[in-house]
Amino acid sequence: MSESTDKQAANNKPSYKTLLIENIKYRTLLTEKYKRKKPWEKKNDKLLTAFIPGTVKEIFVKTGKKVKEGEKLLVLEAMKMENDILSPINGTIKAINIKAGDRVAKNELIIEFA
Amino acid sequence: MGLKRKTADLKKRMREAIRGGGSQAIKKQKAIGKKTARERILSILDAKSFHEYDLFVEHAGRDFDMDKKYLPGDGVITGTGTISGHPVCIYAQDFTVAGGSLGWMHAKKITKIMDHAMKLKIPIIGINDSGGARIQEGVNALAGYGEIFYRNTQASGVIPQISVILGPCAGGAVYSPALTDFVFVVDGVSKMFITGPEVIKTVLGEEISMEELGGARVHSEITGNSHFYAATEEECFDQIKSLISYIPWNNEKKAATFPKKPPKTKQFNLDEIIPTDPRQPYDVRDVIRAVSDDSEFFEIQELFAANIVIGFARISGQTVGFVANQPLVLAGVLDVDSSDKAARFIRYCDAFNIPIVTLVDLPGYLPGIDQEHAGVIRHGAKMLYAYSEATVPKITVIMRKAYGGGYIAMCSHHLRADFVAAWPTAEIAVMGPEGAANIIFRNEIKNAENPDEMRKQKIKEYKEKFANPYVAAAYGYVDAVVEPYETRNFLIHSLEISSLKAEKGPNKKHGIPPF
Repeated sequence: MSESTDKQAANNKPSYKTLLIENIKYRTLLTEKYKRKKPWEKKNDKLLTAFIPGTVKEIFVKTGKKVKEGEKLLVLEAMKMENDILSPINGTIKAINIKAGDRVAKNELIIEFA
Repeated sequence: MGLKRKTADLKKRMREAIRGGGSQAIKKQKAIGKKTARERILSILDAKSFHEYDLFVEHAGRDFDMDKKYLPGDGVITGTGTISGHPVCIYAQDFTVAGGSLGWMHAKKITKIMDHAMKLKIPIIGINDSGGARIQEGVNALAGYGEIFYRNTQASGVIPQISVILGPCAGGAVYSPALTDFVFVVDGVSKMFITGPEVIKTVLGEEISMEELGGARVHSEITGNSHFYAATEEECFDQIKSLISYIPWNNEKKAATFPKKPPKTKQFNLDEIIPTDPRQPYDVRDVIRAVSDDSEFFEIQELFAANIVIGFARISGQTVGFVANQPLVLAGVLDVDSSDKAARFIRYCDAFNIPIVTLVDLPGYLPGIDQEHAGVIRHGAKMLYAYSEATVPKITVIMRKAYGGGYIAMCSHHLRADFVAAWPTAEIAVMGPEGAANIIFRNEIKNAENPDEMRKQKIKEYKEKFANPYVAAAYGYVDAVVEPYETRNFLIHSLEISSLKAEKGPNKKHGIPPF
């Protein structure tokens, strides 16, 4: 190691964080991967999102309609495949955020249930 | 034709074959900071030791006018040579010839040198720099990859297999390196992925650069697909040479012995490295240096899962593999990545007759939904499997904390460590004192007039009674309690007397490890 990097190392004091394991607080460094991890979110069945980016071909339901679990809501065309999007729950459609012909991104909110 | 004319003809043919893709293509290769395939081989091998084979192999493509094309060496250079006197087989894909694309004869050259390595029982080094399958050769290109993968698997654990990624290595091509023992990458040069940025953009609408998707840094830090990261090709070649010095030629041999050298104890003093408070960090690599010859440590996967440290060093001139919890990073916990990293290394050492020294200082497993959902149960089990299965000498030093399942996993007596030493600072317990006291004395704490005071007192009591090496030593789970400065002597002696260890597991075709 050259002298300059030695000095750098001395100046760049490591930035220790606290990690709690079984009620004990450890002083330690965190990894990039650890810092990047996303907090877990409980899946909300009332918010339907696009599982793949694509184009909305046809919509079969209207706002206010009562639907059964497994009922066909719309067709989403992606990668030259027509995907039937089915209702995940028994419920009432509160909002439809798309119209036929729209392009949607992955994870875009398309339908909300009441 | 006289001999003179015949040799002149040979020389002419050789000149043509050796020029690779020609000066324009070579210029392009150099412009992006890459060496040519031939330069790479010559830089890795000892001077004048390279013997080339199959220089005059021609490609077998017959469709799409390929029969009219001449591809020198069919885009790959193969041969044998030595690295510091150690024999190796080597091949290097030549990107200047048809983009280093893999056709049938290109693959045959590679499989031929692989077969050679297996027959001769010497390591094989593969330098990857290829655009992928030669589409014009159709299913024969796929056949070529399949033949390579099969040989990689057959050779696994018999001869060392080293992959050097010095260019693109995409699609099916990535699976040969993935099957080999060690993968070397160079910043800005190596690119590895199954599906590239173009496909990802089309299918998922997500934009990412090649470097961000599968560059050297990503594979060294995030995916763990690579084992050695270098800033330049030269640095990479030095790393390969160092690695070769630490490993044996094959699974029936031991690694070369070097002259004994004492550690630099002034710089790495065990009495000063470790804080006695188990919550305080330190760099466990300093401990490894403090007990190793000349304080030299050759670390593997330095950037990936840095909460566990693995690598080679020498003790009394003999190669040993170190596995050590790293309190400096994530408090040294075991998690999905660190278990995966250590387990594979343990199996490597076991396959190639390299004794394993385990240094223990860990609070247990990393808590988290992401860990549980990523399968920490299955990945954590790999550690237990790898240590239990290994029959090379296994020596364990418990330095500070060894709590819960982490204690068992880190090559405990119960997984058949041959020798377990503990330092007086060791705390071997079913869990950390704080957690244990809260459970055992729950009622006393709850019913006390001052619960906080009572908790503190009970933690203190538990610490005094159990946070030490003597409870485990009383059951014989720890063979010796030694002062830190005695550690090197303990290791030297343990390694010496176990040098003839020849343990055999039960007869079976193979086990079913949790991978």
